[in-house]
This record gives sequence, C-alpha cells and structure tokens, in this order.
Amino acid sequence: MATDLQTILPELILAVYAMLALVGAVYTGKDNLTGPITWLTAGLMAVLALWIGTGSAGSTQAFGGMFLSDAYARFAKVAILIAGAAVLLSGQEAVARRGLGRFEYPLLIALATVGMMMMVSAGDLMSLYLGLELQSLALYVVAAMNRDSVKSTEAGMKYFVLGALSSGLLLYGASLTYGYAGTTLFSGIIGAATGGEISLGLLIGLVFVSAGLAFKISAVPFHMWTPDVYEGAPTPVTAFFATAPKLAAMGLFARVLFDAFGGAVGDWQQIISLMAILSMALGAVAAIGQTNIKRLMAYSSISHMGFALMGLSAGTALGVQAMLVYMAIYLTMNVGTFAFIMSMERDGKPVTEIASLNQFAKGEPLKALAMLVLLFSLAGVPPMVGFFGKLYVLQAAVDAGLTWLAIGGVIASVISAFYYLRIVYFMYFGQTEGQAQAPMSPAAWVALMGSAAIMVLGVVNLFGIETAAAQAAQALVN
Amino acid sequence: MVTIILFAPLIGAIIAGFGHRIIGDKGAQVLTTGLLFLAALLSWIVFLTHDPANTEHVQILRWVESGTLSTDWSIRLDRLTSIMLIVVTTVSSLVHLYSMGYMAHDPQFEGESYRPRFFAYLSFFTFAMLMLVTSDNLLQMFFGWEGVGVASYLLIGFYYRKPSANAAAIKAFVVNRVGDFGFALGIFGLFFLTDSIRFDEVFAAAPGLAETSITFLWREWNAANLIAFLLFVGAMGKSAQLFLHTWLPDAMEGPTPVSALIHAATMVTAGVFLVCRMSPVMEYAPAATNFIVYIGAFTAFFAATVGLVQNDIKRVIAYSTCSQLGYMFVAAGVGAYPVAMFHLLTHAFFKAMLFLGAGSVIHGMHHEQDMRNYGGLRTKLPLTFWAMLIGTLAITGVGIPLTAIGFAGFLSKDAIIEVAFAGTNGGVAFWLLVIAALFTSFYSWRLMFLTFWGKPRGDKHTHDHAHESPAVMTIPLGVLAIGAVFSGMVFYNSFFYDHDRMNAFFGLPEHHAEATEHGEEAAAGDHGEEAATDDAAHGDEATDHAMADSHAAPQGAVYFGLDNTVIDDAHHVPTWVKISPFIAMLLGLATAYWFYIVNPSLPKRLAATQPHLYQFLLNKWYFDEIYDFLFVRPAKAIGRFLWKRGDGATIDGAINGVSMGIIPFFTRLAGRWQSGYLFTYAFAMVLGIVAFVTLMTLTGGAN
Repeated sequence: MATDLQTILPELILAVYAMLALVGAVYTGKDNLTGPITWLTAGLMAVLALWIGTGSAGSTQAFGGMFLSDAYARFAKVAILIAGAAVLLSGQEAVARRGLGRFEYPLLIALATVGMMMMVSAGDLMSLYLGLELQSLALYVVAAMNRDSVKSTEAGMKYFVLGALSSGLLLYGASLTYGYAGTTLFSGIIGAATGGEISLGLLIGLVFVSAGLAFKISAVPFHMWTPDVYEGAPTPVTAFFATAPKLAAMGLFARVLFDAFGGAVGDWQQIISLMAILSMALGAVAAIGQTNIKRLMAYSSISHMGFALMGLSAGTALGVQAMLVYMAIYLTMNVGTFAFIMSMERDGKPVTEIASLNQFAKGEPLKALAMLVLLFSLAGVPPMVGFFGKLYVLQAAVDAGLTWLAIGGVIASVISAFYYLRIVYFMYFGQTEGQAQAPMSPAAWVALMGSAAIMVLGVVNLFGIETAAAQAAQALVN
Repeated sequence: MVTIILFAPLIGAIIAGFGHRIIGDKGAQVLTTGLLFLAALLSWIVFLTHDPANTEHVQILRWVESGTLSTDWSIRLDRLTSIMLIVVTTVSSLVHLYSMGYMAHDPQFEGESYRPRFFAYLSFFTFAMLMLVTSDNLLQMFFGWEGVGVASYLLIGFYYRKPSANAAAIKAFVVNRVGDFGFALGIFGLFFLTDSIRFDEVFAAAPGLAETSITFLWREWNAANLIAFLLFVGAMGKSAQLFLHTWLPDAMEGPTPVSALIHAATMVTAGVFLVCRMSPVMEYAPAATNFIVYIGAFTAFFAATVGLVQNDIKRVIAYSTCSQLGYMFVAAGVGAYPVAMFHLLTHAFFKAMLFLGAGSVIHGMHHEQDMRNYGGLRTKLPLTFWAMLIGTLAITGVGIPLTAIGFAGFLSKDAIIEVAFAGTNGGVAFWLLVIAALFTSFYSWRLMFLTFWGKPRGDKHTHDHAHESPAVMTIPLGVLAIGAVFSGMVFYNSFFYDHDRMNAFFGLPEHHAEATEHGEEAAAGDHGEEAATDDAAHGDEATDHAMADSHAAPQGAVYFGLDNTVIDDAHHVPTWVKISPFIAMLLGLATAYWFYIVNPSLPKRLAATQPHLYQFLLNKWYFDEIYDFLFVRPAKAIGRFLWKRGDGATIDGAINGVSMGIIPFFTRLAGRWQSGYLFTYAFAMVLGIVAFVTLMTLTGGAN
C-alpha cells in the first residue's frame, strides 16, 4: 500500500492541494484570492512536471496494475502539466478582465489535471473511467463558468449531455469488454484479444470504448460538440479545452489500443484510420466557412486530431512516437495561438470575429508576426515545426502501408492551409480596418512569443522531444 | 604565372561588377583594362619562354570527387594553351582599351552607370575563355565553355532595352544549347568508356576507343567516331558551323567591341580549339573528321555566298567570320591541326581589327550600320581606313605567290587550301574553299569600296559630322594591324612550313619528325613497323575495355596519327593549287572593283535580273525561316497547347473547380449539419457508432 501511494504521489499531491485550497479559499478571501491561487496552482503543476520529468526511469505499477507509471505516462503527464500551467497563467489576466475571476477556476483546472494524469496512467478499465470522469466533470463546470452568458451556459449544457452520452457508450463498451475478456485489467484483456482468435463481442466493446474516447478528442463523427463548446465557453477555458485534455484523451486512447487491444491492430486500424481521414477532411473543409476564430480553431483542432490519429493508426512504435511528437507540437502551437485569441478585443470588449483582425499588423507588428509564425506552423508550412510534426505522422502512415491515408492527409493539409493563411492575409493585407487590439499580460505575451519562437527554433532538433517520445512509444508498444 | 593570367580578369570582373560604386566608372574601366594588359604581357612571356616539349600541370584545387570521377581544377600548359593565351589576352586587352572610347557615350543608357557593367562582363568573358583554354579535363573545359556562353548571352543582350538584342541573346543561348547537348553527351560518353575525363587519361585510352563499339540510339557505333562526332556537335554550336550558325549574325546586336572579341576572335574559335585539343581522339575517328571537313567546307562556302549581298557592315564581317571558321575546321578535319591553329591566330588579329575598324566607322557615323549610307569616308576616317585596308589585304590573302611573304591571311589561308587539297585529294572541299576565297575577296573589297570610296550616300548631316575616333580606339587598331601584317610571316615556319620547327613548336616527339622528314619510303617502313606493334597493343587493349593503364598519353600539344602525313603532303601539292587562292583573290578584287567603282549601277541591275538568287542569298538561304517553321513554331505551338490546355484548362481548371466548387459545397454541407441542436449531434454520434460496429462486424476479428 505504501509503495502504491508512493507511485501515485504526484496525483495525490495535486488532488489534496486542490481540495485544501478549495476549502481554505471558501473560508477566507474567496474570489480575491483568485490571482494567488492561480499562480500557486500553475507553480505546483510546473514543479510536478519537473519532478515527473526528471524522476525515476523505468515502469512501476500500483494497485494491482490499475495504475501504471512508465515512460509513456510520464511523457504525457509532463506535457499535460506544462500545457495546463501555461494556459492558466496566460489566461489569468483575461479571466480577471472578463469578470470571471472565480477562485474555483484554477482549482477545477487542477482537478481536471488530476483526472488527466489518471487517464494516461490507467491500466484498467475502471481507473480509465475514473480519470475520464474526474476530468470531464471538472470541464463541464468550467465550460459553463460564465453563468450570466447564455452561450456559455448552453456550451456547458451541450458538453455535459453529449459527454454523458459518450460516457454511456464508453461504459457499455467497457462492460462488453469485461463480459468477453473476463477482466477489466488491460494486461488481462490483451490476453483475450489476440490475433485471429478475438471474439466479435470484444471487438464491439472496443468500438464502443473507442467511440467514448473519440468524443473526448473530438474525432469525426463524435466531434459535433466541439465548435459550439469552443465558441460558447469563455476563451481561457476554450484554450484549456484545446490543449491538455486533447493530449490526455489521445494518450488514453493509445493506451487502450496498445495495452489492451495490442493484439488486434489490424482490426482497430481501419476504425482509427477512418476516423483520421474523416477528421482531417471535415476539419479542413468546414473551417473554411467560419467567421469566428474560436469556431475556426475548433475545426482546426478536429483536423489536427485527425493527423494525430493517423500516427496512431499506423499501429507501430514509430506511429505512437509520431503521435506524441505531433501532440506536443500541437499543444505548444495552441498555447501561443490562444494566448493571442484571449487577448483580442475592441473597445475593451472581447472579439472573436476574424474580420476584426483586418490590418492588425499595422498596429502590432510583433504580435502579428508571432501569429503569422504560429498560423504557418499550424498549416504545416516548412520550415516551421508544425511541418515536421505532419511529416512524422505521414511517414509513420506510409511505413505502415497506409499510403492512401497519407495522401488524404496531405490533401487535407493543403485545404486547411487556406483558412490559416486567410487570417494572415487579413492581418497584413486586410482592406478595411478591423480595429482589434490585443493588450496582453506579460504571461500571455511570453506564451505567445515563446511558442512562436519554439516554432522557428525547434527545427534544429525539436528540443529533443523526439528521443523522449521514442522512449515513451517503446514503453507502450512492445 | 598562368594562375595570375587566369585570375586577373576574374578579379577585375568582380571588382568592377560589384565594387564600381566605390571605385567609380573610370576606376572600373582602368582596373579591368590594366589587369588585362598585365595578363597579356604575362601570356606573351609564357608563350615565348615555355618549353613546349614539357606539358605542365598547375593544380589550383581539387574540384569534384565522386565515385570514380575525380577532377581537379588545374591548368594544362602546352603549346595549344599558350597560343590561345596570347590570342585571348591580346585581343581582349585591346578590346578593353578600345571600349573605353567606343562605350564612352551611349544614348540608350543616358544618366546610368553602364560602363562598369560592360567591362565586368568583358573581363568575366575573358576569365571564362581562359578557363576553357587552360583546362586539363573536359569538365573544366565545359565550365569555361558554358561560362563564355553566359558572357556571350549577357553581352549580346547588353542593350537589354532593345527587344531585338534580347531576342538575339536568347537565340544565341538556345542554339548553343543544342551544340552543348552534343558536347555534354560526348563528355559522358568518354567518361563511360574511359572512366576518366582528364585529357591525359582520355588521350592514352584513345587508341582503344577505335576498337570499341558502343550502342547509342538503337544501333552500334564505333566509339571513337561517335565521341568525336558528339564533341564536334558542341564545336559546331560554339563556332557557328552550318546548321547551328544562325545565332552568329544575330549576335551582332551586341556592342561592336563584343563582336570583335567574342564573336570573331576568341569564343567562336573555341570549337576549333576543342577539335585540335581532342586531336588524339580525332585521329582515330576517320568518319567524324570527314564529316568535319565537309561541314567546314560547306560553311565556308555558304557563309561567303551570304556575305556577298549583306548590307549591314557588321553582318558582312559576321558571315566572313563564319566562313573563316569553316576554313579552320577543314584544316582540323583533314588532320592539319597546326594549320587550323595558325589560321585561328592570324584570323584573330585581322578579324578583330576589321570589327574594331567597323566599330570605328559606326562610331564615327553615329551608329549608322548600313553600308549603302556610307561612301567616301577615306578622308574623314583616315586611320580607320588604313587599318581596314590592312585587314582586308590580310583576309583576302594578299602576298607574293610561292613565297612566304604576304599578309597574315595569305599564309594561313593558303596553307589551309593546300592541306585541303592534300587531305581530300583535290576533292569537293578544296574547290569549295577556293570559291569561298573568291567570294571572300569580293565581299571584303565590296565592303571597302562601299565604305571608303565613291560619293557620300545617305544622311548628309551624318556625313558632315563623321569624325575620326579617339586615340584609345585607333591605337588598338594599330597594334592589331601589326599582327595582321606580320603574324603570318613570323609564325609560318613554326605552324606549317618547316617540319622540324613545327614539331619543336608543338612539342612533338623527335622520332616522328625524323620519320616523316626522311622521305616517303623510310617513313612508310618505319610506320609499318610501328603500326604492327601498335596493333598488337590494341589487341590487348580492346579486351581491356579501353582502359588507359598500358598506354601513356601522346606527347605534345597535338597528335598526328601514324598515317597522317597531310602537312607533309601539302608541301608537295602542284603549283596551280598553291596559286589558286591567289587567283581567286584577284578575280574577287577585280569583280568588286568593276561592280562598285567602275560601274556602280551594275549590282542593282544584276539583282533585278536574278531576283530569286538575290533573295535566296539576302535571306541567308532561308535558314532562319526553315528553322522557324520546323522548330520554333512547333515548339511554340506545343508550349501554347500545354499552357492553355494543359496548365490553364486542365490543371488550373481542376484546382479552381475543386477549390471553388467542390470544397465550398462540402463546407456549406458541414455548416448545415452543424445545426446547433443537441439531438442532431447525438444522432451523428449514434450513426457513427452504428457505422463502426457494422464495419467491425463485417470485416473484423474471426471474419
């Protein structure tokens, strides 16, 4: 028991901290403490990231295999914690300015983070569900945090209802799996689900579990909530939605597919690759029609998830490595992009219309340049880092014989370049003046500039995440 | 020393081209000209002091190392190189000096700094040409070859505001590509066969090539013949031989000093140089050299006929150049490489002078180029007149028959006609050259008479203001005049007449000289013996796939095959052959005198009575029209088709159709699905689940 606790110590610390802070703040300064709590939460998350990142190598298990701590989980956790901390800090001022500065917000984020850390460490269908629900419940609440706004409330409501549906699907799949495999442990399931012997019931269980997870990463056709929730939720919350939870769900997805169903790669490959191509295509095509930059980013994330799924669908260690690298790059790009979107305003009111960015480069050349770099990177234009992320997954797909998928990805990437570049066009060559400004807190400024700089400087060696991702992938696929 | 010669022009070009804002117009001109004169001085020192029997190699840097291809950038210094060095640097330095006057004012570039550009191009050209002539492998030669092509392109299109100049520059470049393609194929072929592109190794392997056959374009060829032919195709392009000659007259769009330097004295002779340089290969390629003889002879004849009726003073000289290059190729083709080089040398002097003289006339006549608007300029431009007169005497071949006294062209051209007789046994090539000599004389004197004699024609105002050119332009004329008068007499023995001295001059091995000198019988016996041993060696060689190891490269700058006695035979041709070019010259002179001095109305009447012939010649045998019909228009048609139909309709159409029709349709569709209602979203999820379960049921697992 003591070693089990030792293994889950980071999660434990964060959870205990969140609960203590919640109780403490209620009895003291309440919303006046939002600022310090935000910083404290972000700081704690950063420390935990550092701890996990530099901590012991190798894999350990806790609670009889329900909780796994291996290189893969560590990689995902570090990324989740850093992304969460970055979004918290860069969004803090925007939250305060919009009058949403409730002290529960950072603590809910912390709880969601605990859930996500749990997800990527899950070694059992039960711990999987536990982590997923902890994360989701926290996110349902923050989506609707702006209670006075109809849109925000609607977003929270939609997210909740559809999330419940997806949870139902997932639970149904989990029970089917349990029924056919006789165990909820991944290490047990994989024994039942190997090669051509796999039973159809188990496969249908897999489909349902996949559907539940696909909802979380908003892969087509389980994506429909994404644009509405992205648009309706307060922008800092959207920023959070677009980053850490995506990685957590993707990490969990890979965990289930490889740890539990690693013996049936050929079976789930078609499902995953179908989701991948549909997501890439729909994300690319539908985003063209958007006038709201948050909705656009929603479709953008759908498309990006398609690319990450492409890496996953390869079913190889290289594919997992490509997916992890892609997700890390995606997180970095989105932190910067949303740091900018959060700060967009006109006459002191937040705006999200793309047209408001007309001629933005005239007033704010440096920020426009950073956005240009980020958008180019999102579009996958070389030599930005985003290009190498795409290159990795395409390579993994081609190596796995999924050439058609790779070609589809390239075409989708070309189509999606259109709407990214259109924003650049508006900023630099817009006809009328959009009058948007982007006053930023130092933290947001650092997030924007930092992520833009990484997009350029990262071409040297991607800051070494390839090696880490390779180790993580090795830990998962063997 | 050669290294300095090679790099002085490059340094000049770089400084003048990029640094003229710092050193100024004048600085750029003086610097490039000064460096060229330095190079010329050193070249003469090299030419006079270098021991021809000792072929020097000066390595500059290791250039390409790739697999078995190993190429240095290094200088090969032998007699051929040193001849070309003096030709190139002397003419180039004089042209630089001349250009300081000629390019002093230009209405096209009013208020712009165009002179440094011109001088930088000239110096760059000189560098590339020196690269070409000093190369010790084919790759380096090709580099220089393309370098001069670029410089030529830049200089023909120097007046880039004139559409005709741009068109001419493109034409020169494109036509040369055809030749260069052949040249490149030849290089590839040599590398394929001998595994090397260094001259020494290629030459050593040359005997083996004659025994090798190679499949090319669906049939077997003798390797030596094929290689020699391909290399000659390159030479045809650069040296404006028949079928690839069309660019040279148009190249006269460039400033006149450029015509003198590039399109008369140096670059266009690169082809002749190539054939002479490759003589060890050419000697084993009888069919290819035969082809060279015929192409050369027909070019000489064709260009001379066209030259008869041209009215633009520069075009007359351009066709004359084309024709004289044909002479050189005939000499090279029959195997008399020294004679070809001899004519190359003398021609460089007198043709450069003719061009510079023409430039002086054009300069004095305010850029009027039509000879019909000249006349009586003897008194207005006395120095130019005398220079042009010397040039004309040189090109037409004035001298005392059967002696070695005469103007440069007399000695070198007559030598070519003699070797042509000896080499072809009095065949077609010989007669074509004699007739061409007659025409040469006619058009050269026609040019002189129309320009300097008779009454002033054309714009009176222009004639009133006609003036002699400044000293910077007349001094080069004087220097070249010395060359045009004496270069023939001075070098006659070394290049042609005295066998011993010729062999020593070109650094050929002694025994060969003795063999040929000691009468025919002894030579024959000696040859027979050598040929026998040689054949035995070839037998081994052939099995060895023409590898170079057992053979050393032949000594000396040029190589004579064992049965090549053409120069010796040329000394023993009948007397009527020796004086035939002189008679042809006199006939041409007399006809020209009659046509343009005694009875100036005759040419018009003749043209009127023979309209078809006149039009045929005036339109240059309709080569341009035929090419236009055969190549240019089909190429344009294909281009237009691919552009309009292929690119415009198919590619653009498809892209536009997809991106402006199909994609937006799906975008609207996706927008419509995104209804905002929960039940739609839930329905989509359920549909997705159903689809996936179905898919899994149909294909997954045990099924």
